[in-house]
Amino acid sequence: MITVTDLRKVYQQGKKEVVALDGVTLSVPKGSIHGIIGHSGAGKSTLVRCLTLLDRPTSGSVSIDGTELSSVKDSEIRAARRRIGMVFQHANLMDSRTAAGNVAHPLELVKTPKDQIRTRVAELLKLVGLEGFENAYPSQLSGGQRQRVGIARALASDPDVLLCDEPTSALDPATTDEILDLIQDLTKRLQLTVLIITHEMNVVKRVCESVSLLSGGRIIEHGALRDVAADLDSKLAKALLPLPPSESLPGALQRGPVLEILFSGDSAKEPVLTGVARHFDIDINVLAGSVETLGGQQFGHLRVQLAETADADAVLAYLHERGIGAKRAASAAAQDPDNAGSALPASVLATGDQGGIS
Amino acid sequence: MNDIFSNPVLAKALPEAIIETLQMVGISSFFTVLIGLPLGVFLHVSAPGGLRPMPVTNRILSDVIVNITRSIPFAILMVALIPLARALTGTSLGPVAASVSLSIGTIPFFARLVENCLRDVHHGKIDAAQVMGSTKMQVINKVMLRESLPALVAAATTTVVTLVGFSAMAGLVGGGGLGKLAYNYGFQRFDVTVMLVTIVLIIVLVQVIQLVGERISRRLDHR
Repeated sequence: MITVTDLRKVYQQGKKEVVALDGVTLSVPKGSIHGIIGHSGAGKSTLVRCLTLLDRPTSGSVSIDGTELSSVKDSEIRAARRRIGMVFQHANLMDSRTAAGNVAHPLELVKTPKDQIRTRVAELLKLVGLEGFENAYPSQLSGGQRQRVGIARALASDPDVLLCDEPTSALDPATTDEILDLIQDLTKRLQLTVLIITHEMNVVKRVCESVSLLSGGRIIEHGALRDVAADLDSKLAKALLPLPPSESLPGALQRGPVLEILFSGDSAKEPVLTGVARHFDIDINVLAGSVETLGGQQFGHLRVQLAETADADAVLAYLHERGIGAKRAASAAAQDPDNAGSALPASVLATGDQGGIS
Repeated sequence: MNDIFSNPVLAKALPEAIIETLQMVGISSFFTVLIGLPLGVFLHVSAPGGLRPMPVTNRILSDVIVNITRSIPFAILMVALIPLARALTGTSLGPVAASVSLSIGTIPFFARLVENCLRDVHHGKIDAAQVMGSTKMQVINKVMLRESLPALVAAATTTVVTLVGFSAMAGLVGGGGLGKLAYNYGFQRFDVTVMLVTIVLIIVLVQVIQLVGERISRRLDHR
């Protein structure tokens, strides 16, 4: 289990102070994968450097299973670092070492006997599915294989925490899935605590049990994946269940109110839309939709347009009664200025950032 | 052809000249690498943002010593260093004495090349080594030097080739070797054969060094 409490990092840039991390607090239990997502410049790299003690945080604490890391003396910093295994975006393998040599590297540093290194390296390469590649140099391996070597190397010192910094951002989609599956499998098998720092929502969707949204050096949203996804107002939900921009369809419903509806869990299985149509005796058009399974639960995110005659507030109340997230859609004025006035009645939501993080 | 083998100067003085040149290049190469390599490592590591930043010491070494030494033309440096050579070796003549000024002339040059080689080691590799718990010495030995080894061999090759050129110059002020032979006989006595033979020999020497260096560098390179 890793706990980060009120972590702050302030850089001096000339006379100016740059606050890179502004009180980051998070906690990841053993055996689970936590995603930290954010745009570039959000403080992701600084967070990584503070967690691995490559940079000392200005204040705050990082602790693993109750052992404080951020305040260790310089002489103990190396032992502390060995409790964190790190996987890099570009694997950062040594080109002069073979796959086996790279995995052996952390073991050599603490003078592990040669025969022990040999058995451990064979074990680790098998663990990541690279048997038979012992003598291959990184240049002879594919990107995915290099990342596997990187993971084996990160695990060599038996760390409690695996910190993955954009582990799949340099890989193609198929390889990304393979590597994520491997990380997920290892997390369960070795009871690791895993932090994945990424800008790819896809990574979060696929393996993370919980997620934090980092922005401007602060965590502005966090929680279990199923909880944040179920919150229609959260930025993470928008990013997890993105809707394409859509214009209202031409025809009968063109002037009707537009709603956003979010089904989760059991409600996703109910025939809600037809229920609304029958109950209010109105027509409904689906403008956009997105369906995902997140954290083992089904989610559906829809943008629908009701008939002009429909009472949007009554529909919203009807949906809320059944535990379904629903609200008036954010203004589409930015996408479609001509239609904005007519298509969307007095839109209540000021913030309409569509895609969220992607 | 006959001319070459019957030339009395070549028959008598050439073998000795070759040996003297090889001595000068060999001894000064050895000391250049021995001192220049650690100096280059230190320049890199102590630079601002380096593994162990030491801004003041780095400034002094980098700006004062290395740049000043490198800005003095070698011909002048060599003459200026004759007293030092005499103090260290007991004589100002011969290949051993010449090696003193040759080494001092090329150490800063090689140190700069080493510094550049180390700078080219991707920073991610150094981060990775530090995160896995390396000491600074382990980072230097196992990552910086090891990863830049092909480049370091290439830099050493360039340095040795430079030393061949400098050694010919050193021959003029008492170092002996092929440079002296070419100057004394080829230039002052207008013996064209001697001049041509020494030029060809120096070209062959440089080619061999370059070829061997490249071969080793390529063999070490797994990128």
